[in-house]
Amino acid sequence: MTAAVYTEVKTPFRRPTARKGSLFQPVPVFAHSWPGSSTVMKKCSRCSKIATLHITEINEGKVDELHLCESCAKMYLNQPPSNLEEEFPAVEVEFAELMEEDEPEDNPAEEIACPSCGITYKEFRSKGRLGCPQDYIVFKPQLFGLLDNIHNATQHKGKYPKRAPEASQKQFELIKLRNELNEAVQQEDYEEAARLRDKINSLQEGMQEET
Amino acid sequence: MKLDELTKTSGEWLRGSGPETDIVISSRIRLARNLARYPFPNRADNATRKEITQLLGSNLKELERSNPLYVWDIGSLEEVDRQLLVERQLISRDLAEKDGARAVAISYEENVSVMINEEDHLRIQVLNSGFSLDECWEAINLLDDQIESKVTYAFSDQFGYLTACPTNVGTGIRVSVMLHLPALVLTKEIQKVFQALQKINLTVRGLYGEGSQAMGDFYQISTQITLGLSEQQLIKKLQEVIPSILEWERRARKALVAANREALHDQISRAYGILQSAQTISSEETMHLLSSVRMGINLDLIHELEIPTVNELFIHTQPAHLQKLHGEKLESADRNIARATYLRERLAESNGTAE
Repeated sequence: MTAAVYTEVKTPFRRPTARKGSLFQPVPVFAHSWPGSSTVMKKCSRCSKIATLHITEINEGKVDELHLCESCAKMYLNQPPSNLEEEFPAVEVEFAELMEEDEPEDNPAEEIACPSCGITYKEFRSKGRLGCPQDYIVFKPQLFGLLDNIHNATQHKGKYPKRAPEASQKQFELIKLRNELNEAVQQEDYEEAARLRDKINSLQEGMQEET
Repeated sequence: MKLDELTKTSGEWLRGSGPETDIVISSRIRLARNLARYPFPNRADNATRKEITQLLGSNLKELERSNPLYVWDIGSLEEVDRQLLVERQLISRDLAEKDGARAVAISYEENVSVMINEEDHLRIQVLNSGFSLDECWEAINLLDDQIESKVTYAFSDQFGYLTACPTNVGTGIRVSVMLHLPALVLTKEIQKVFQALQKINLTVRGLYGEGSQAMGDFYQISTQITLGLSEQQLIKKLQEVIPSILEWERRARKALVAANREALHDQISRAYGILQSAQTISSEETMHLLSSVRMGINLDLIHELEIPTVNELFIHTQPAHLQKLHGEKLESADRNIARATYLRERLAESNGTAE
């Protein structure tokens, strides 16, 4: 597994947990959420770029959502509502810092196109939608970082198609068992860990015999 | 199955039965799935989209099920019919409004709907009345298996089911329940609920999903993470947190009654009175008043009306439903008159039957 290498990739999307105790928390009538805590990547409400700041205003039980791209968000944050003047300068500063950490504009990796559907990673970033299933292979390095930020995970757990080839199902089972093993070790449940290790070994042996 | 019949019936999910129906209107699970050999809908030209629609439409129609699916080509429907399907929660606003080949497959009871060529090739939905996520999962898991036996899904060992947007990749699942929380809104405690839910990565949205206002005190609570947790884990997450929200709402209702029973009874009776006698009424006011009345029934302050009727009125008083009932396009002012007439008739009817 090379996941550890990939998670270093920087993307403009941040994990919501990184915001814990941040300046956004004390603002009373706003609930800020970053992609990852938002469900779908959205277009900016004011232009057509991808939204990176998602604001939910709650007023007397009424909910208003606002989705803004980087530049519109800067404008929005520079015009704080009158009752929030106190809190906003701080938010603004932090937001500017966030923006500076972004990837450089002319990253050649952003220009690589999927041979199957022709989409580039840059296009994906502006639209928020991938072009075809193949993209998950072509943009795998970039997606690792993005998925880790959105879901806090990069490995699927759960249902898999019954029609998936047997070898791939075993591979899948193996990945699942290794995850469980890690968890067991972390929780210092060594009995469970030993059981899982034996299971992994026998599965691996079985797979080697087949090939 | 004809679309016009829909205006006379109501979806299974509105029948107001099942566990916790005083607060939980419905439970819903959706799965996002894509075909392995095609580009995602946003990247497919119209010829390809047509091919996808035909391939999936014919397969869905032919599935052997106790509740067979009926397929509609969305592009060939009138605007009012597309809107009708949106109001009944059977398709998304996005599917109704976008261009190109697209379709929906619906079961007669309206608890199963499969959108073709929405954001993903397939958006499978199962919607049941009450707090019934296990039943939803059982049904949708079976349907998913059935579809998968006919077509090849895009799937990777690493990322799971592949979707157009990385926010849905993995299980492709969204688990949600629709709650009616009038007391938490009245006592202004609803914001605390939002904050608590946000902390554990759950989303709160209005009646019609993404970006919609919380009309009639209805809130959809749903999961948002799809990668790294199994379907069962995500379902369990929601199953564990909902009871405390129900508890909060019930406590708020009790507190309202305890603080001033007369005032609350008065407010609810007035709401009921307006609905029974108004000559013109907007959609917003209707939702607002129906919400009071619904709570009134649950608090035993209104006796002659039943929950399923109120649930149905929330949906049947929406614009496309009213226009279907009248068989013609109505402007906003005319709709308000039509809505008031419909409410008077329906409420007089149910008064008659209850007595």
